[in-house]
Amino acid sequence: MNSQDAFAEALLAVESVCPPGLTTWNGSAPEKRFAVYRNNVIVSLIDALADSFPVTRELVGEAFFRAMARQFVRANPPRSPVLALYGDGFAEFIEAFPAAAGLAYLADVARLELLRVQAWHAADAAHLAPEKMTRLLGDAAALPEVVFSMHPSVRVLRSHHAVVSLWAAHQSEDAALALADVDPTQAETALVLRNGLDVEISAIAEAAAMFILDLQRGAAFGQAAAQALGADSGFDLAATLGLLIRGGALAGATFPRSTSS
Amino acid sequence: MNANPERLRSVGEVRPIKLRSLPCRAGVGLKPEHFREILITAPDIGFFEIHAENYMVDGGPFHHYLTRIRERYPLSIHGVGLSIGGEAALDEGHLDRLALLLDRYEPESFSEHLAWSSHGGAFLNDLLPAPYHAATLARVCAHIDRVQDRLKRRMLLENPATYVEFAASTMAEPDFIGEVVRRSGCGLLLDVNNVYVSCVNHHRDPHAYIRALPLDEVAQIHLAGFAQDEDADGAPLLIDSHGAPVAQAVWELYCYALDRVGPTPTLIERDNDIPAFPVLFAEAQQAERILCRLQPHKSREACA
Amino acid sequence: MTKTMTAASLALALGAALTVASAPVFAASHGGAMKMETEKCFGVAMKGKNDCKAGAGTSCAGTSKVDHQGNAWSMVPKGTCEKTTSKTSPTGMGQLAEFKEKKA
Repeated sequence: MNSQDAFAEALLAVESVCPPGLTTWNGSAPEKRFAVYRNNVIVSLIDALADSFPVTRELVGEAFFRAMARQFVRANPPRSPVLALYGDGFAEFIEAFPAAAGLAYLADVARLELLRVQAWHAADAAHLAPEKMTRLLGDAAALPEVVFSMHPSVRVLRSHHAVVSLWAAHQSEDAALALADVDPTQAETALVLRNGLDVEISAIAEAAAMFILDLQRGAAFGQAAAQALGADSGFDLAATLGLLIRGGALAGATFPRSTSS
Repeated sequence: MNANPERLRSVGEVRPIKLRSLPCRAGVGLKPEHFREILITAPDIGFFEIHAENYMVDGGPFHHYLTRIRERYPLSIHGVGLSIGGEAALDEGHLDRLALLLDRYEPESFSEHLAWSSHGGAFLNDLLPAPYHAATLARVCAHIDRVQDRLKRRMLLENPATYVEFAASTMAEPDFIGEVVRRSGCGLLLDVNNVYVSCVNHHRDPHAYIRALPLDEVAQIHLAGFAQDEDADGAPLLIDSHGAPVAQAVWELYCYALDRVGPTPTLIERDNDIPAFPVLFAEAQQAERILCRLQPHKSREACA
Repeated sequence: MTKTMTAASLALALGAALTVASAPVFAASHGGAMKMETEKCFGVAMKGKNDCKAGAGTSCAGTSKVDHQGNAWSMVPKGTCEKTTSKTSPTGMGQLAEFKEKKA
């Protein structure tokens, strides 16, 4: 029999219950003392979510966020002691959370914030040096077959809502885009990447998202570009590559014919 | 509890790989809020301590800054998620992550808690108490053996701050800790604030508690602030919040402990309501003044 | 999947991209052509609030902050969402259902 079963269960229970077998020196009711543990667990995990989802929190306010997070924490305590990445499934929980149903965009804002945290902690990788890219241009005939490797932090999120604009409007007092000017119903696709020590989030076109995801899957440069152009004749390859290069999203390039990288 | 011959044999096998040890000075907990300031101002501080789990990520700013800070300062890695007091077997995946982190940063000290935090696949993010009896003793010793085998080094075990006690306990906490230290060969991280908090919460004499510990094995000391609450009968209930300056009573208990333990690397912990770095630095200097009084003839780096 | 682009057009784009990448941040171009191309690049301008405390950490401390439960059933989001507009809903924000905490 596991005596820690009852203790752990009581920590996450909705009702304030106390596991059996606890004593106090003065015979006082142990519930009040046990509540310190309950409180530590619940508050610290809510705080963890509040740290990782600051815009989601600002959108709904502190009280609402904590009430919503408390229910998530109880139903989905972390599976790992590494809390940095806790919050998987929070967006899906928000999506199904009746009280947040009026904010159709909220779940996607949470999705974007989780990607931001993932990008923040993603593995390091060198950026493709400008000299290397200039050399690629020197062998133009081979360009279609070039396979770029992406920086491990690169993430793409497609949303039916204006997630990037909503997020950006919360980044500073004098944000370029005021919240009142954002139309949340406009679909946006987000590119998330870590450039040096900073995570950057940009809105990109759907064709650009296709292109980036194709590259991420290891598609050759020529093929990925053609796919995107086929999907949207307005696809601006130069601008998309510019965004990737500026953000340090291209980590390497290989010619399938040679083994040099 | 009978001595287990198997365990006694394994004690002999734990050969702590002696890296350098922490300097006999004061250190502070490393907080991301202070990364840049530390690198820019290069404060004269004895060492930094990190919580292992916060750095169990693949890359990014945390490793960027820790790498640079570690190049300049001694480092203590303090685990908060191993669940050594847990009923389940240790999480081998977590031990692997820990081994990776220790290989990467080669800290002068590694410590963990006499507590549990994982159960049934869930991580509860608090240091939870266990009854002190034979079954817990055997389990904790087995877990520490595994940790020391896997990490190929001696670990320090920290005495807990607790809010409840168990009817099933058959040993006093310091006796239990003494037995764990004796059987496993681990060292002791004496958290003076935890001693004070637990002794107030359970109406015990903190001086007697300290005297009952295996003081020869103390290799590090923790100091922190607590919060005050009361239990159901209005008796004081202290919470180990790490959210305030070190209390006067804890400073006094620290002096009492140092008189018995001798000069020992001492950490100022602050995890909540984190103040500007100079505030923590000033507290570390206060601890260092007390340390220096005990070793006026020694250089600060040299005592061990 | 069999389509491809000419090497020359790829080289042209990559060359232009290298020039773009070394130029100052291109200005945001609002104009409703949402589906067309990269519109905004917030990253560079948005660094200010991204301090080093991204995401959650673990610590060995308890908390003196108390989790006040209750009233969850009558709660309505009261944050910056009140400043957002909803073009599809005539009542904008006013569609928030009340909820009751599930006893599990």
